[in-house]
Order: sequence, then C-alpha cells, then structure tokens
Amino acid sequence: MEYLILFLPLLGSIFGYFGKSLGDKFSIIITSLFISISAILSIIVFYNGIVNNIYGNYKIFEWINSGKFVVNWSINVDPLSSVMLVVVTLISSLVHIYSIGYMNKDPHKPRFMSYLSLFTFAMLTLVVSDNFLQLFFGWEGVGLSSYLLIGYWYKKNSANNAAMKAFLVNRVGDFGLAIGIFLIFFHLGSVNYQEVFKLIPDFSNTDINFLGLEVNLITLICLFLFMGAMGKSAQFFLHTWLPDAMEGPTPVSALIHAATMVTAGVFLVVRCSPIFEFSQIALNTVAVIGMITAVFAASVALVQNDIKRIIAYSTCSQLGYMFFAAGVGAYHVAIFHLFTHAFFKALLFLGSGSVIHAFNDEQDIREMGGVWKKLPYTWVLMLIGTLALTGFPFLSGFYSKDAIIEFAYLRHSTVGYSAAIVGIITAFLTSIYSWRLLFLTFHGKYNNKKISLEKTHESPIIMLIPLIILGVGAVLSGILLKNFFIGQESTNFWKNSIFFINELSHDHIPLWLILITPIIVTIAIPISYYYFIKNPKILENFKISYNKIYDFLLNKWYFDEIYEFIFVKPLKKLGDIFWKRGDENTIDRFGPDGISKVVKYISNKAIKFQTGFIYDYAFVMLIGLSALITYLILK
Amino acid sequence: MNFPILSSIIFLPFLGALFIFLSQSKTSSNKSAIYVSLFTSIANFLLSIFLWYSFDRNFTGFQFVEEKNWISGLIKFKLGIDGISILFIVLTTFIAPICILSCVNSVKSRVKEFLITILVLQTFMLGVFCSLDLVIFYLFFEAGLIPMFLIIGIWGGPRRVYSAYKFFLYTLLGSVLMLIAIIAIYWISGTTDLVQILEFKIPKEYQYLLWLAFFSSFAVKLPMWPVHTWLPDAHVEAPTAGSVILASILLKMAGYGFLRFSVGMFPVASEYFTPLVYTLSTIAIIYTSLVALMQEDMKKLIAYSSVAHMGYVTLGIFTFTKQGIEGSIYQMISHGLISAALFLSVGVLYDRTHSRLINSYGGIVNILPKFSLIFMIFTLSALGIPGTSGFVGEFLVLLGIFQKNYFVAILASLGVILAAAYMLWLYKRVIFGKLNNDNIKKIKDINLSEGLVLSLLAIATIVFGFYPEPILDTISVSSDYLIENYKKDLIYHLMVNK
Repeated sequence: MEYLILFLPLLGSIFGYFGKSLGDKFSIIITSLFISISAILSIIVFYNGIVNNIYGNYKIFEWINSGKFVVNWSINVDPLSSVMLVVVTLISSLVHIYSIGYMNKDPHKPRFMSYLSLFTFAMLTLVVSDNFLQLFFGWEGVGLSSYLLIGYWYKKNSANNAAMKAFLVNRVGDFGLAIGIFLIFFHLGSVNYQEVFKLIPDFSNTDINFLGLEVNLITLICLFLFMGAMGKSAQFFLHTWLPDAMEGPTPVSALIHAATMVTAGVFLVVRCSPIFEFSQIALNTVAVIGMITAVFAASVALVQNDIKRIIAYSTCSQLGYMFFAAGVGAYHVAIFHLFTHAFFKALLFLGSGSVIHAFNDEQDIREMGGVWKKLPYTWVLMLIGTLALTGFPFLSGFYSKDAIIEFAYLRHSTVGYSAAIVGIITAFLTSIYSWRLLFLTFHGKYNNKKISLEKTHESPIIMLIPLIILGVGAVLSGILLKNFFIGQESTNFWKNSIFFINELSHDHIPLWLILITPIIVTIAIPISYYYFIKNPKILENFKISYNKIYDFLLNKWYFDEIYEFIFVKPLKKLGDIFWKRGDENTIDRFGPDGISKVVKYISNKAIKFQTGFIYDYAFVMLIGLSALITYLILK
Repeated sequence: MNFPILSSIIFLPFLGALFIFLSQSKTSSNKSAIYVSLFTSIANFLLSIFLWYSFDRNFTGFQFVEEKNWISGLIKFKLGIDGISILFIVLTTFIAPICILSCVNSVKSRVKEFLITILVLQTFMLGVFCSLDLVIFYLFFEAGLIPMFLIIGIWGGPRRVYSAYKFFLYTLLGSVLMLIAIIAIYWISGTTDLVQILEFKIPKEYQYLLWLAFFSSFAVKLPMWPVHTWLPDAHVEAPTAGSVILASILLKMAGYGFLRFSVGMFPVASEYFTPLVYTLSTIAIIYTSLVALMQEDMKKLIAYSSVAHMGYVTLGIFTFTKQGIEGSIYQMISHGLISAALFLSVGVLYDRTHSRLINSYGGIVNILPKFSLIFMIFTLSALGIPGTSGFVGEFLVLLGIFQKNYFVAILASLGVILAAAYMLWLYKRVIFGKLNNDNIKKIKDINLSEGLVLSLLAIATIVFGFYPEPILDTISVSSDYLIENYKKDLIYHLMVNK
C-alpha cells in the first residue's frame, strides 16, 4: 500500500505525459484517478497509524554505496510522515480535479496534469524518506516541478523569468542544505535519520573549526539545514521567488506555493527536531527569522493589488508563524498549523482562481468588486477561507494560530514573549489584508471596465466540488484533530517522530491571552470595512501624504532591486571580465597567440637571411669560417 | 584466458577503418561505409559489454593482461585493465556508434575519410585505457592528437585552422614534457612497465619534477584553468561528432591519467601538490561557470561548462578519499554521457539552421516539442538534479572534498548554483518564448536516428542517476586498492626518509 501511495503519482505522470496520443481525456482521467487512489490510501495509512498504531520502514533498493556512504531508496511511515502524506495527496487530488475545469481551454492539458503528478511524487519521496539524501532528492525534485509549472505558459517571458528565479533562489537554499548534509556525514558518518539522531547527543559539546571560526558542530549543522528550509519555505532573505511564482496557473499556486512544497522547510525543521533541540542558538535563529518573515510579509500584503500576490505574501507570513512555532520548540503546533493552513490556503487560492475565472483572467482587485451576488458559492467559500485564515473563533486557523501564540508565551523566555507579541500583531495585520481582499473583490462598486457585471459567471461544478471539500476541511480540521495534534493525545500520537528535550509546560494560560487574538481579529472586520468600503478617501490621503512608506511596502522593501544590484549584475559583469579580459586578453594573448606571434616574428627575421643571392651566402660563410679559425688559433 | 580480448577490442575499429579504406572506390557509396563502420563499432561495443560482464569485480590487480615483447628487452606491449579502466572502455565503445550515427546528418563531404578517422581515433583511445606500459600509453595518448587535429582542421567551421593549431600547440607542449619524464623514469627505474614501476617506488626527490611533467600534459588535456582556452575554440569549430568525442572521451583520458599515473607513481608529489590542484580546480569551477554564463554561442557555453565539470573531477581525485575518487570517476562517466548528449542536441539545431548563436533561437518548443523534452533532460543532468547521473558524481566529489577542506568544498558547491544559472538561462533563451525568428519557423522535429541516439543517452543518464550500482560496484575494489596503496606508499617514503 505504501508503495502504491508513492508510485501511483509517478505512473500517473508518465502515462499522462506519454498518453497524449490517446487524447487529452485519457491523461486527465489517469492522472486524477491515480492521485485520488493515492489520497484514499494515505488516509487509510493515517487512520491505521492513529487507531492501530501501524507504522513501518520499507527499503526499496540501494541507491548509492561508496565506502561508508550508503543510502537507500526507502519509504518510512511514522506519525509525522503520515500526516504529511495526507496533506500532500489530499490537496493534490483536489487540485487535480479542480484543474480539469480550470485548465479546460488550455491546449496542453496532459503536460500540465503530468507535471502536477510529478510534483506530487517528488513531494512524497521527500516526506517518506528515512535519510537526508532522499530528502534532498525530493527537495530538488519539487523545486524542479515548481520550475516547470511556474514556467508552464512558456510563451510569457515573465513566467519564464519567474520560473528561473524560483529555481535559482531555491538552489541557494539547497546549497545550504547540501553543506548541512556534508557536515552530518563527515562528523557523524551516516545520513540515515535514525543513526544520526542517535549520535547527536554525544556531539552536543563538540566544537569544530569552520573557516577559521570555532563553532559548535550542532549549531552549524542546524544553521545550514535551516538555510535550505529558508529557501524552500520562502523565508526572509530568500523569499523573493514566491510572489513571482504566481506567474504559474492558479491551481499550481494552490498546491505547490501554498499548501505543500513551501511547507517542506517547516517539515525539515520538525523532522530534525532531535538535532535542533540541542542548539538553542539555532532554535532562536529559526524563531527570529520566522518572526521577521511573518511581520514583513503581512506588511507587504497590505498594499498589494494582485489578488494572487496578496495570498502569496499571506502564505509567506503564515510560514513565518510555523517557523517561530518550531523555533520556540512547539514543533507539533507548527505541524498542526501546517495542516490547517493547507486547507484554508488552498481554499483561498482555488477560490481566487474561481474569481479570476469569473473576470476572464483579471487579477487586479481594484478592477473587481460588487459581485458577491453573482458568485454566491465562491463568495461563501472565500469567506470561510478568510475567516479560517484570520483565526476567527472555532474555525481551523483559530485553534492552530492561537496555540502557537500560547505555546510561545508559555516558553517564558525573551524569544517566547516576543514571538507571542509578533504573533498577535501579525494576526491583526492578517485580518486587515484578508478583509481588504474580500471586500474589494466582492463588495463595494463594480469596477471592471472590460467585461460587464452580467457576464461574470460562477465556476462549473467540477471546480466547486474541490472548493467545498476544502471549505469543510477549513472549518472542521481544527476542531476535530486538535486533540491528536496538540491536545492530550499528542504525546501518544506523535510518538518518537518529534523530539523534545524539555517537556512543554502545561501551565495555565492567562485568560487575557486566550481572548486577545479573537477579539483583535473580530475588531479588524469593521475597521477594514470602514476604511476600504465606506470611506476609502482616508487611505487615499494617507497614501499621498506618506508616499515613501507606501512605496516601500508596494515595492516589497526593494528586495528585488537590491539583489539585482548586489548579485545579478556584478556576477554577469564578472563573467564578462573573465571571458574578455581573462581568457581572450590575457591567457590567449600571452599563451598560444603570443607564442605563434613570437615564432612568426623570429621567422620573419630569419627569412631575411635567405635572400637567394650567392654573394650573401658567401659573405656569411666567410664570416663563419674566419670566426672558426680565430677560435681555433686562440685556443 | 588465452583469447587476447583487449587487443581485439583495441584493433577491431582499426580493422574496420582499413576495410573501408581498401574497399574505397568511386562506385561504392557512402552508405556501405557507414554500415561497415556502424557494424564494427557496435560489435566492439558488444565485445566490451562482454568484457565488463566477465570482469572479476573482487580482484584487486590488473586483469586480462597481455604481454608481448615489442622492442626486445626495452619496451613491452603490455595491456591490462582494472575496475577503473573497464568503465572508460565501455564508455568509448558506447559513444563511437553514436558519433557515427550523428555524422549521417552533419557531415556532408568526404564521409568515408571521416569515418576512417573516427575509427582510428577510437583505436587510439581504447589503447590509452588499456596500456600498462608508459611508452605504449604515450604513443596512444599522443597519437590521438592527430585524428582529432584532422577532424577539426578538415571538417571544421570557418576558423578551423586557427582552432586546430591552438589545440595542437597546447597539447604538444604538455606531451613533450611527459615524454622527457618517461625517459627519466626509464633511466631511474630501468623499466617502463607500470606494474614494475609501482613496485619499484620512485624515490621521493625525483617525484616532484616528474609529477609536474605529467601534470602539464594532463592539465592541458583535461583541461584545467588556465590552459583551457583551446577547448572552447576547438569545440566551436569541430563538427558535431568531433565535439562529442572530444568532450566525452578525450578529456577523460587526462582524468584517467591522473588516477593511473600521477597518483599511482608519485604519491609524495601528489600529496605535496594537492593545494595547487585544489586552487586551480576551484578557480576553474567558479571562473569558467561565470564565463559560461555570458556566452552567446551554445557550443562555447557547453565547452566552458565542461571545464567547470572537469574541475570537480580533479578535486575529487586529489581528495584521496573513497567518495572523492569514486565520485570523480562517476563524474567522468556521467559527463561523458551528458556532454555528448548536449553537443548532439546543439548539433541537431545546427544541422537545421546553421547557427550556433543563442539569440538566433527562441520559442523552439513550439515547433520541436520532442527535442525540447529531451534537451530538458540533459539540461537538468548537466546542472546535477538528483535522479540524474550528474548528481551522483558531483555529490560524491563534494562529499569527498568536504572531508579535506571546508573552504574549497563551499566554493565548489557554489559552482552548482552557477551551473543551474547558465544552463537554465540557456534553455530559456533557446527553447522558451515566442517564435520570432523567421529562419527557424520551418524546421522539423528530430528524426528517427537522432531520436534513438538521444533517447539512449537520456535513458542512460536517468538509469545511472537512480541506480548507480553497476558503476560504483565495478570501481569499488579498484578504488579501495588505489587509496590503500597510496597511503602505504606515503608511509613507505616517510620511513625511507628517516
């Protein structure tokens, strides 16, 4: 069964791609069917885990065997990976079904479906790995699929650039992850999770000399691993690719750039909790980067106008939440938030896809408005998604987000308290931008000039069904599963897949802390209604009087411009210098070309001796002869 | 075994060439020559597969040894293989039929002569990987220059003469030094038989100069920075088949030379010069990757990327760790497949449009979907995506170098990011986008023979990416033996010094 879960998507991808000749329908059906079976099986595995406690490790075959370095292809099912299996296959199958409707008019459907399945396969190998190298395979594999899917509309230059940017920024992260793996293998002699985790406690006080610095080994490993996580999960400094990735079709954004792939970083940190627990410095770094990302992305989301970009920044910000949850040691809460987030964020993305569909590919929310009666289902579902995202009481986001803030508070450390504060502030910002999105899209005046209000249309049923399922998930996943993920059952549920040095405190949480977030997010609703619908002039004036701040946010803190200036341009320039000055003007000039020039020069001189006149030769011979005689006499 | 299988493998292509040469007449068509050469090269490939199959993977020394007196008492014609050379033999015999198939589409004049040259070249290359005598090795190694020189000089592009001379000038410089070194070794040890030299153990004080002499020859051929500038020019002017052989096999002869001769015969010097090798290789990786980024000519770009990839090879060899050495052998084999495939792909485009410039393309995917898919696979293998053979080699090398020097390892790992940058940018500019150029609107997708060749290579890179065991298992014992001997020799020389 585990084998089927993993390989059905791969088979689907291959058949889907090469089955083009059997017609688009064949590809669509085969990919969607295979992935759905895989999803059902995953749920069975998950259920078997919770109820019957069935987990296991299956070796497929040996991958690399070089000296001590032995790596297997394997499937490892434990509580953590079974949760991820459900998230990945479930969301993926819904996205597959949704795409049937969404990509209806696209001429290359088989290719699209095949890429989606390929992505799912790569993501599954990542989560079921029992060693760092297979993780790395999946890690780059999802990066590759994401590259292929962002650049899916290959005629668009912006899409191609976005795809390349995504791959390259991810490679920077992968570079960190690879160094982390090298360090682990070199010092611990294995890349297998179990063996590494077993050895880690012995190394907790080992310092090594790294590039002239004395550093704690475990801290170093963690920081490099986290660098990989930052790339994949679009954390501050390596986040620039995620908003651009929205150039891909919307189902891709929902699956890859919201629900699954971008959470791989969080998964990595949680999976490596037995390593991270031994380094307070690394944990604090994770928490701080998470906090910065949460606030930064939320602040940028406030002013963006592209519906997908707002949600993309929102994803970035929510990933920040997950990281600082992990950073304060609440790994299980991070995974819980990952789980609920997958539902409501996929819902929001697919819902926005439905809106974009209704407006004939319009993505600017200033060009929308007033259509809530025309798109009743989409509206209700987006409303659910928004409520869940903002953490409105009793929806899924409420349980996971509040739990993060509470656990952070219970740490009773500086990092913990600041994380709680950041969590509350970001929750407020989150509801402001989410409601702005909802109000501008569905309420107020109708602003689109290209198509009339009457022509906007609700999406077909095949797109709505996945949305409804996700909506149900967004409402219920929190309340149903919180007991297993973070409640009393949690220790029993997670078993050894998550490791804590210190038991989490079960102190009483002050009442004000429990109440403050729900109150704040509820107050945010009328506030944003007032500013965005009732009285938008106030904000217009604000924009004009504080245009520097506004521009700063609108241009995403100028990250792209700065990176272009410090990395892209100098490297290109350097490449040019090396080529023109280095190779052509130095090495060639003094090397082969120089030698041949010298040879030519000398032979030109030598030619002068060969005049062809007998008296010249006779003269030279005479000189030679007299020189020889002189020499012999003098000797 | 009495049957001289190694000699047969070496000289079978030569026989084929002889046959074509003798049966040459005005009436016989090019087609029959192509069939003859294809037949010989495929037969040779099967023979080498048989050799690989009957090869004993657990035996440490040389196998299938053949020994004949050539110049009596002075030079022996001695052949033999171990787990390292067998792979290069199989690679060579695998690439040869591919080259012959490719020239059906690309070579238009003097087809028979071209085939003869390729077959003769194949004999020389196989000889290099089988020789166990320095003089024989030298002869094969240098003789390979001549057919290559002809391939570039006769069938090359407009600047072929300049490129051919540049190629010759560079490689000759190194060869002369190596010849002197071989004479010196004979003078010191009284033999040119590699096995006897290894037992003799060349005294430490001679090793440094001899190592440098061999190094200069191998460094040029590999090529290492800064003696790499002949390679881009040679590739640009060479016909497709020439580029394929050059990139996938000729470059490997140098890497093989490092493993077999430099490390084996001069352990003390190898250890001593390690920092030099690390420095040059690291520069090669970063420098040529950046240069590759800025190229406007597809072939030049791939040529520069070859230099960068070979930088990993030298890094790996001079780590003297199991992972490093196995990684660099793997990297050579994998680069042999991938670079061949990349040059063939460029050849496919060039045959149709007669342009190698990147900006004369764009939007190819609209008209050549099959080609685009296959080119994507090679692009990804070149940038070392896990699941392709490129990854296994690079990762093992980096793993090896990391155990020796963090700084070098980190710089070399940065090269992996740069590789992604130049390959993806190349792919984007050539394949994606809208069709703007009128010249390329009418070209057709790959035909059957091109499709066959490219798919074979694609399958090989993917299979060896997921399942590297056939290769790693073959080299395992030999690389262990190499490292063990290297360490023993180092200790021996330390003791002698005391």
